[in-house]
Amino acid sequence: MAQVSKEELLHIAKLADLNLKEEETDKYLLHLQDILNFANIVSKADVENLDITVGANETKNVFRKDEVVAFEDTDSLLQNAPDKERNMFKIPKVIQ
Amino acid sequence: MDIIDFTVHELQEKLKNKELTSYDITKAYADRILEKEKDVQAFVTDISQQALSKAKEIDNKKASGEITNSLAGIPIGIKDNICTKGVKTTCSSKMLENFIAPYNATVMEKINEENLINLGKLNMDEFAMGGSTEYSYFKKTKNPWNLNKVPGGSSGGSAAAVSAGLVPWALGTDTGGSIRQPASFCGIVGLKPTYGLVSRYGVVAFASSLDQVGPITKDVTDCAMLLNIIAGHDQKDTTSADIEKKDYTKALKNDVKGLKIGIPKEYFGEGINSEVKASLQDAIKRYESLGAVVEECSLNIADYALATYYIIACAEASSNLGRFDGIRYGYRTSNYTDLKSLYRNSRSEGFGEEVKRRIILGTYVLSSGYYDAYYKKAQKVRTLVMKEFAKCFEKYDVLLTPTSPTVAFDIGSKSSNPLEMYLSDICTVSVNIAGLPAISIPCGVDKQNMPIGMQLIGSRFSEETILNAAYAFEQDYKFREKYKPEFKK
Repeated sequence: MAQVSKEELLHIAKLADLNLKEEETDKYLLHLQDILNFANIVSKADVENLDITVGANETKNVFRKDEVVAFEDTDSLLQNAPDKERNMFKIPKVIQ
Repeated sequence: MDIIDFTVHELQEKLKNKELTSYDITKAYADRILEKEKDVQAFVTDISQQALSKAKEIDNKKASGEITNSLAGIPIGIKDNICTKGVKTTCSSKMLENFIAPYNATVMEKINEENLINLGKLNMDEFAMGGSTEYSYFKKTKNPWNLNKVPGGSSGGSAAAVSAGLVPWALGTDTGGSIRQPASFCGIVGLKPTYGLVSRYGVVAFASSLDQVGPITKDVTDCAMLLNIIAGHDQKDTTSADIEKKDYTKALKNDVKGLKIGIPKEYFGEGINSEVKASLQDAIKRYESLGAVVEECSLNIADYALATYYIIACAEASSNLGRFDGIRYGYRTSNYTDLKSLYRNSRSEGFGEEVKRRIILGTYVLSSGYYDAYYKKAQKVRTLVMKEFAKCFEKYDVLLTPTSPTVAFDIGSKSSNPLEMYLSDICTVSVNIAGLPAISIPCGVDKQNMPIGMQLIGSRFSEETILNAAYAFEQDYKFREKYKPEFKK
């Protein structure tokens, strides 16, 4: 059974682009361990000769014509932008 | 009888006979919201007052013959993770507190084509993660049967609103039981359609291989009617099934003679509350007396399915929620020095505790070193679950289980223990894992007058079978005539 260390939790949080406050860390660690202990039951299932399932539908390619449909309501898109300038999303400088 | 007591099919009759106008109906609901919403807290965004002018407009267009469809002018409530153009879609999250979708979800387009009137957006657990609606960033919705209890979740606002008569029917979404469990807790009907029957386009994704939109209604007939509206192939959702359109109301034959019902004994074990069990036993006897052939069977996958569900759902969620970065829409922190800290601080401040917990769990099971042990293993168990169900459906038309191991629990009693909250999904998640349809209908109340729900599961695309089975029970048992929510404080 995997024991999750604090370092590991912080590494995972970093991968997920989340900060954990010092006081949150212990709680998340406890809950994660609890849930993983329970989830570990899947290791007991007899799935030796079974394939994986990705979704409930039969696996096949779905094709449609690649037709361009223009979405012209730029204003309604930009109204949700946290920061913008003219017709563009504004973000902090990427290249220093 | 008050307007808000009628089912939608009754309202449809009254519109047709010109006993009521759309304005009469919409006004009755708007007034009811003014009266009861303060107790129930079902809405994130209430637009019932704006709905009144829409109702007048529809009445006029009907009079002039411009609109002819028979459900035109009937109100509806929409779960707040379904995109509605021009009206906020928050997912009950700080992350999307001010988000106004630039387009409609496909189900919303279908609702609009019927000229149904949106009364507002209904509360939910943040990003549909939870079983009590306590994880909403905005408010805790109360159960209309007892205001100290949760309405269930994650579609708790939708279920509470229908139960309390704040909306005549509503749309919910179900990833692991989020339509059926709140319907069960609130004494109403909820259907999770077969994966692929209803388009997911424009529905904020939680776990894409499990999510489905479905009806939450007062009775089974309304349920079939709302399913008629939302079902159907959509080019914009490649997982939506390209199958023939059906009229589900035609399936309601009120006849279960010879219907083969399997009772998986593992769903009636220790963890199930004794009053829930007793009520289900009565329901089983009722089916026998109606001529169904009932037999105990085995479906020994409940624990596996629950663990598999939390691994797969969280893995998919951690990927789906990667899009929330504070750039194009959603919450942006004011505290950043560079792009990376903008991402990280926006996400840390914008997501609530349960959402972060699931993202972390999902990232963990997908990370190198654990991928095979958890994620890949869970995908194999998913195959096992599907095979076990398939075996059952070789023998039976319908499987009957409780919807939830307990009735609605007290507000605050599980919210600090995530695993305990997860365990209450034990009866519903396997249905999503296998992509099956299932309906929850009320089958009794416990000693405290809290509703108990029964779940009927069918094979893929057998909505007609489970709807008819549910209808036959409903017509014989008459739950709505016997019990009503009391708004107990």
